[in-house]
Amino acid sequence: MLGYLIKRLLMLVPLFLGITLITFTVIHLAPGEPVEMQTAMNPKISAQTRQKLREYYGLDKPLYVQYGKWLTRLSKLDFGRSFASDNRPVIDKIKERIPITLSLNIIALVLEFGLAIPIGILAATHRETLLDRGITIFVFLGFAVPTFWLALLLMYLFGVKFGWLPISGLHSLGSEGFSPVRWLIDMGRHLLLPIAVATFGSLAGLSRYMRANMLEVLGQDYITTARAKGLGERAVIYRHALKNALLPVITLLGFSLPGLIGGSVIFETIFAIPGMGQLFYMGVMARDYPLVMGILVIGAFLTLVGNLLADLCYALADPRIRHGG
Amino acid sequence: MTNLYTLYWNRFRSNRFAVAAALVVLSLFILSFLAPLITPYDPDAIDAYHVLLPPSGAHWFGTDELGRDVFTRVVYGARISLKVGFVAVGIAVLVGTVVGLVAGYYGGWPDTILMRLVDIMLCFPTFFLILAVIAMLEPSIWYIMIIIGLTGWMGVARLVRAEVLSLRERDFILAARALGASDLRIIFRHIFPNAMTPVLVSATLGVAGAILTESALSFLGIGVQPPTPSWGNILTSGKDYIEFAWWLSLFPGLAILVTVLSYNLLGEGIRDALDPRLGRR
Amino acid sequence: MRIGRAARLILLSLVLLLAACMDKQPTKQAVRGPGKPAYGDAIVVGSIGDASNLIPLLASDTPSFEIAGYVYNGLVKYDKDLNLVGDLAESWDVSKDGLTITFHLRHGVKWHDGVEFTSADVLYTYRVTIDPKTPTAYAEDFKQVKRAEAPDRYTFRVTYGKPFAPALASWGMSILPSHLLEGKDITKSDLARKPVGTGPYRFKEWVAGQKIVLEAYKNYFEGEPYIGRYVYRIIPDNSTMFMELKAGGLDMMGLTPVQYQRQTDTPDFKSRFNKYRYPASAYTYLGYNLRNPMFADKRVRQAITSAINKDEIIHGVLFGMGQIAHGPYKPGTWAYNPHVKDFDYNPGRAKQLLAQAGWKQLNSDGVLVKDGKPFTFTILTNQGNDQRMKCAQIIQRRLKNVGIDVKIRVLEFASLLTNFIDKGNFDALIMGWTISQDPDIFDVWHSSKTGPKELNFIGFKNKEVDRLIEEGRSTFDVEKRKRCYYRIQEILADEQPYTFLYVPDSLPVVSSRFRGIEPAPAGITYNFIKWYVPKEEQVY
Repeated sequence: MLGYLIKRLLMLVPLFLGITLITFTVIHLAPGEPVEMQTAMNPKISAQTRQKLREYYGLDKPLYVQYGKWLTRLSKLDFGRSFASDNRPVIDKIKERIPITLSLNIIALVLEFGLAIPIGILAATHRETLLDRGITIFVFLGFAVPTFWLALLLMYLFGVKFGWLPISGLHSLGSEGFSPVRWLIDMGRHLLLPIAVATFGSLAGLSRYMRANMLEVLGQDYITTARAKGLGERAVIYRHALKNALLPVITLLGFSLPGLIGGSVIFETIFAIPGMGQLFYMGVMARDYPLVMGILVIGAFLTLVGNLLADLCYALADPRIRHGG
Repeated sequence: MTNLYTLYWNRFRSNRFAVAAALVVLSLFILSFLAPLITPYDPDAIDAYHVLLPPSGAHWFGTDELGRDVFTRVVYGARISLKVGFVAVGIAVLVGTVVGLVAGYYGGWPDTILMRLVDIMLCFPTFFLILAVIAMLEPSIWYIMIIIGLTGWMGVARLVRAEVLSLRERDFILAARALGASDLRIIFRHIFPNAMTPVLVSATLGVAGAILTESALSFLGIGVQPPTPSWGNILTSGKDYIEFAWWLSLFPGLAILVTVLSYNLLGEGIRDALDPRLGRR
Repeated sequence: MRIGRAARLILLSLVLLLAACMDKQPTKQAVRGPGKPAYGDAIVVGSIGDASNLIPLLASDTPSFEIAGYVYNGLVKYDKDLNLVGDLAESWDVSKDGLTITFHLRHGVKWHDGVEFTSADVLYTYRVTIDPKTPTAYAEDFKQVKRAEAPDRYTFRVTYGKPFAPALASWGMSILPSHLLEGKDITKSDLARKPVGTGPYRFKEWVAGQKIVLEAYKNYFEGEPYIGRYVYRIIPDNSTMFMELKAGGLDMMGLTPVQYQRQTDTPDFKSRFNKYRYPASAYTYLGYNLRNPMFADKRVRQAITSAINKDEIIHGVLFGMGQIAHGPYKPGTWAYNPHVKDFDYNPGRAKQLLAQAGWKQLNSDGVLVKDGKPFTFTILTNQGNDQRMKCAQIIQRRLKNVGIDVKIRVLEFASLLTNFIDKGNFDALIMGWTISQDPDIFDVWHSSKTGPKELNFIGFKNKEVDRLIEEGRSTFDVEKRKRCYYRIQEILADEQPYTFLYVPDSLPVVSSRFRGIEPAPAGITYNFIKWYVPKEEQVY
């Protein structure tokens, strides 16, 4: 196990370098520069002023120098300062957004797993019945409906027409003065629609995966044996089949991680939730290189670590991996 | 072999969802090919004095914010949306298959390098990557298709590699090699056709995903550019009028919904029909 | 039947959607008097974007300026009729030669942290603005200053090398607190996130991407504002913002033309909100690259303008909420020449002019041909501006009718500037300019500003216009300036380097519980500190 762990840890280094290289390449495909955005269409600016801004941001240096510098600073966990006119450290900008995105997505992820797994099992055990078909349509509808359309419809219905739920944002005005319980309820009401939309959209993948897994396991010899031994159907499903069908889900959890940090630009925009998605989108549009690179690298790195953890869990749960991998 | 295909077909046929989905997909193709015959209007014909008219006999789906016929635009939009779906997936499948074949067949360091590349690519939130590249370049339909394709090949590569690994040591491959067949011949004659099954399924699902990605990009204003109609940009332009000009978002929204749903059901239908493990009843 | 399930689900979503499409029932219509002015309550204002930097010198985005406008003061400001009046300066004298301005500052003005405002603050602000190390876009006007001095605590004097008409207006820029900034690196200052000014509102809190909260400054030199808090909410999507307004989560926002025309006429809406409408200080234009031989002949440009129906554009794009532009000034301002009319919609004249310019034959695609080359060009515009995009599409259609083939290319803003505009690599483009209160248009129209990365990017060079612009900016005599600008408009109308399209309307909407709003040429927010909510109607 220790050998496996060390091997996996060593592997992180080239992977991480690969991540930084891809990030740097992607960002420098762009033709524009941040200085253009800042001075765009302002009649009161001269060519010297532009040059001054360029030097200030270090854009006059060759690419490999910029990459080298960036990498060196990265190794000291310094992501540089944003090109936006606030000129704040990138890490600060990310830090103030990450908790919102993470908590939102973790709630959605828990809900997704909590709903999709039973739904998948239900569909598998009721294969080819009306229930199975209904579930199929339901989860695929969630996948197929364009997020922003559904979100706007729900907002209009529950926010404007019925007036049951707040429309956007995270808190009501004046929530600072609320009691902790009321504050939580207020926030919960704000999060209800976004989380519902996010969860509905993500059910399909996992529940279909679960269904297929379960069907496969149910077709295995040892299940047939268990049935032959006269075990009840419930016992067969929950004691034997489920455990084996759930195992690969751990890996899937690892794959959900990029989404966890990514967040969705679209529903953050629609619901006015200031998360990572919005930050990233604005960064990209403004050619805020340090910010975009920072988010991509942090996002990818956290995913890398997450995947490693998922694999370790898997290895602990299934001894075959440790030796084979 | 014929028997096997009959078996597949029978299995597929028994899945009514899949059949219905196949019919939807088929009719969409016919619809988009026959677009000029189906509707008398020009999809870009602007009429600034008749904007946002509700559906009527003359305009089945009403008119949009520039007075264009929405039905016509949805029908022509089908062409674009399907094109985006297919070309993007085509690229993903091509890249993924080549990478998977090479990595699986040769093993060793090509395998290590390629699979690490897959690992690296999988660490990025895909939509972020697409967003970054498209926003940095210009939002043209070709870039959109290429970028969606280039960020979506990793799954295919893994599938193909796994398939190749399991096929590589099988008797018929060993026999072919013993008979002196070249690597290329073995790959293309023997391994490639066998590895295509999972790819077909993942491609079908990929088309649905690409259509959704295009509509998401359109929402952000960096999808297919007007006046060219795509379902995504028609729906987006309807967003601002959703409360009173509902026809402008309902019809493209339904088009996306039904199409994506159909591709998913079709993909599952194909998988169920082709997958021997799920075949046991 | 098994498919039936799917059908039912789709049906259900349809029902939901239809329910969503029906409009809200009208509720009681309140009849309201003016009420009594009272302190308290809050106003919640919606904005698409977040501010970036609350030191206005370093910012270039609208949200930052909107907030800064409440937190800081300049030496001068525009009153409701757009006359320059004193702000932090009580009065000023201009020397006979027009080269020296002496500002007499208000006494006893306190920064939000209690320190007194003096001429040292003004001097610091001037110095940091022209400091080459400061990454600011606003140094140009101040580089005209030859000497700046603060003879005593309440006097500030600037001397210019030559008469400079926009000089006085340029001192409307926000004055920064020297006691917090002097000797520090302004780019790393805390004030960017926690500004300290002299304005009617003091900074309270900024939750990135969510809101910025300001509260009334009790010691404001013009008196404490009535409204206790100003909350700036960031809602990046316009549809969401409008729903939020209707649901009561916002008190004020800018409407789109279609919202103004089609979605706000219910009795319920009218009883809860007041809509305002006045011309914005901006215009949208179609500009031609004059270096391109295709547009070198002014008859071609006149023909294109004749082929475009500006009325149709205002109808289709702005739902009538705007007016036709004939030149670079706002109708009704002193520099605007009401006698100038350019080429109205007349496709017949367009074809005639094109024929005179040598574009006579049509090819098989119905496109005009001259010397074997078809008349085809590309209009560029920036992505994210719905109105410009619609304009481009309407123009494309109209030009097709006279045999000109137009392609549209929408580009991301930075890319449009760097790769196309700055390199002179374009045929035509649809863009907009804001119209400043001072009519000096040196940067956009003078022939010395046609270099790379400068603003006369269409390459307009006209000796007479150059002379008139120079004359106009170097005198303080309004009548003399007026004559210059009137003549410039006549020349531009004939030359058609741009097809001036429209001046849109600003369409703000404010909750009807706010009183004291008096629309004027300057808009509605110039007297914000006098707005109030009667005690019985206060909600926050």
